[in-house]
Amino acid sequence: MAVVSNTSSTVMNNVEAVRATLYEAMRNDDRTVILGEDVGARGNVFLITKDFIKEFGPERVIDTPIAEASIVGIAVGMAMEGLRPIAEIQFADFIYPSFNQIVGEAAKTRYRSNGEYTCPLVIRAPYGGGVRGALSHSVSVEALFYHVPGLKIVAPSFPADVKGLLNAAIDDPDPVLFLEHKKTYRLIKGEVPDGHYTIPLGKANVLKEGTQLTAVSYGLYVHWALEAAAQLQESGLSVEVIDLRSIRPMDKTTILRSVEKTRKLLIIHEDNKFGGVGAEISAMVAEEALFHLDAPIRRLAGPDVPPMGYALPLEEEFMSSPAEMAQAMRELVEF
Amino acid sequence: MSTDTKAGTLERHGLNDDQLRAMLRNMLLQRQLDNRGFQLNRQGKVPFALGSEGHEALQAGAAMAFDRGKDILAPYYRDLGLCLGIGLTPYEIMLSIFARESDHNGGRQFPNHYSSKAIGLMSFSSVLAAHLPHAVGAAYAIAYREQAGRAVLATCGDGTTSEGEWHESMNFAAIHKLPFVMLVENNEWAISTPLSRQMAQPEIWKRAAGYGMPGRRFNGFDPIETYAAVKEAMDRARSGGGPSLIEGICYRYLAHSTDDNDLTYRTREEVLERRKQDPVPAFEAVLVEHGVMTPQEVDAMRKDVLRETNEATDAAEAQPYPKPADLYTNLYEGAWQPWQS
Ligand SMILES: Cc1ncc(C[n+]2csc(CCOP(=O)(O)OP(=O)(O)O)c2C)c(N)n1
Ligand SMILES: [Mg+2]
Repeated sequence: MAVVSNTSSTVMNNVEAVRATLYEAMRNDDRTVILGEDVGARGNVFLITKDFIKEFGPERVIDTPIAEASIVGIAVGMAMEGLRPIAEIQFADFIYPSFNQIVGEAAKTRYRSNGEYTCPLVIRAPYGGGVRGALSHSVSVEALFYHVPGLKIVAPSFPADVKGLLNAAIDDPDPVLFLEHKKTYRLIKGEVPDGHYTIPLGKANVLKEGTQLTAVSYGLYVHWALEAAAQLQESGLSVEVIDLRSIRPMDKTTILRSVEKTRKLLIIHEDNKFGGVGAEISAMVAEEALFHLDAPIRRLAGPDVPPMGYALPLEEEFMSSPAEMAQAMRELVEF
Repeated sequence: MSTDTKAGTLERHGLNDDQLRAMLRNMLLQRQLDNRGFQLNRQGKVPFALGSEGHEALQAGAAMAFDRGKDILAPYYRDLGLCLGIGLTPYEIMLSIFARESDHNGGRQFPNHYSSKAIGLMSFSSVLAAHLPHAVGAAYAIAYREQAGRAVLATCGDGTTSEGEWHESMNFAAIHKLPFVMLVENNEWAISTPLSRQMAQPEIWKRAAGYGMPGRRFNGFDPIETYAAVKEAMDRARSGGGPSLIEGICYRYLAHSTDDNDLTYRTREEVLERRKQDPVPAFEAVLVEHGVMTPQEVDAMRKDVLRETNEATDAAEAQPYPKPADLYTNLYEGAWQPWQS
């Protein structure tokens, strides 16, 4: 569980939380290297690694050529030979060229060598829409990867979770895909405990307790779901909001405990609905808790088009909103 | 050192008699083990086998330039001889062919996908060129730790040089002047696709100039010339001189694997013509001509290789298969469920 060495804390946004955590990792372990496009002199396009190169040098903060397959592939080789690489994909939209290295190589290194070789690797990727990123700076990629045995996937929403989960990912002996929602980068601020701590992968967080409906989400939409639930609270409706935080492994216990209490489940995510993370959660709840349900499971998720048109009305149509979430919550509570 | 006889001078490139004999033994062993794989397949004992006939000299020579205990090898599936030459045993090869529990990867991978961390043999998948970034990453780790005297030898076939990751790996290795040697085993074929359909400019080594690294082509049917070329590149890599691209010319005598019929895309005549230069009898003849071995010693070596192959076959076949429960181990560290409870 979270080990907090002292009780003081600092207010940060998500960018600052990633940056502070990476900085500590670089300070603490000289096996750690960061590689990616523009991570050096520019300090990453979001300034996450700003000035790292001055302190840690170009051997540890590696500006790579624009070649995503080998950004991940070289990190896999480094990990196989004992380094602790943190690879960055500049935008999750550009992760596809490295798909085989993640799915076919990193995820199988331990398995295919029967444990002789391991791949302790973190791949960070900024993802998500609502930032006028158009068709190639907006995607959510978690559903493409969460199918894959051998990977772990994390998608935190709050700065304190960013730190604890990124520390856990860096310590993890296996490959972790660490997804950072771009719109939360500067929008979301929060208290971050000082000192080193980790939050175990695979543990969801009940952000708001409620009795009439369970809303499960992750990433940006967690914040909007909280907003929606707060609105409904004013009219006396009680919604429990769960932040998944980890997508693989996923926290069955927390979801089931909540659903057995509220007897209704709404799953909310930005990624496309068909085959998305919500499909697996629905199937799990249907398999394990069908007779606890008082209403059909409902999913509020991205429409079946590529995320997401650039023009404002197109982007807004793709994205959900606190109002839409509140509406879906109300309908389900009243079912 | 060179040996003068009436057959002329043998340019040894510093190899002593023991090393020359070891290279021949490696070549004979490759051929015998290859043969065994195909026999076992025809007997219905194993579902798949793949041979490296035609690559023996190249691999025996390259392995001789590998510094055991220091260098790292990132091979591909046609590297039986290289893997034997750096220390894998025939027994380990047969465990892989039979997919036994005590195989390095526990019978999970195809045969020929060897790995052994203890001898610096990196694990690789069947995905062509995907191992090359790994090799470059390993070379980066060596350079990062400032471990002089170590280098990574990576290999692939001619067809594999068409992959994007081949290029990406060469480019990164060159930028960082890594201790990395890219050895291409050019056997003119990629399953059924000839070199002319892989590239317009058939001299792969010439690409080296484009990356800003030294390149060289050598006769992969000559183990001594191969040794010299690989050693030169590895020595340069080990001493901070950066990466190289070297291309050995050889030929693939067998079909791509037991699942391929090569007569659908090339003629028996073509293969028979190339058999005339078969590197195995050719190197036997060289060693006999130059007095390194007598014909009787070559015969005895051939018998010894057959004995070793037979013993390895029997011993490996007697080993148990992995258990069904072994399917579930070593996916992650520790016990595992995608649903955490
Ligand atoms: C990425 C990928 N594409 C296709 C294949 C199927 N395949 C296996 S071997 C092979 C030919 C490789 O030829 P080459 O690199 O010349 O090596 P050789 O077999 O001739 O030694 C192909 C196409 C594969 N294993 N991986
Ligand atoms: Mg070939």
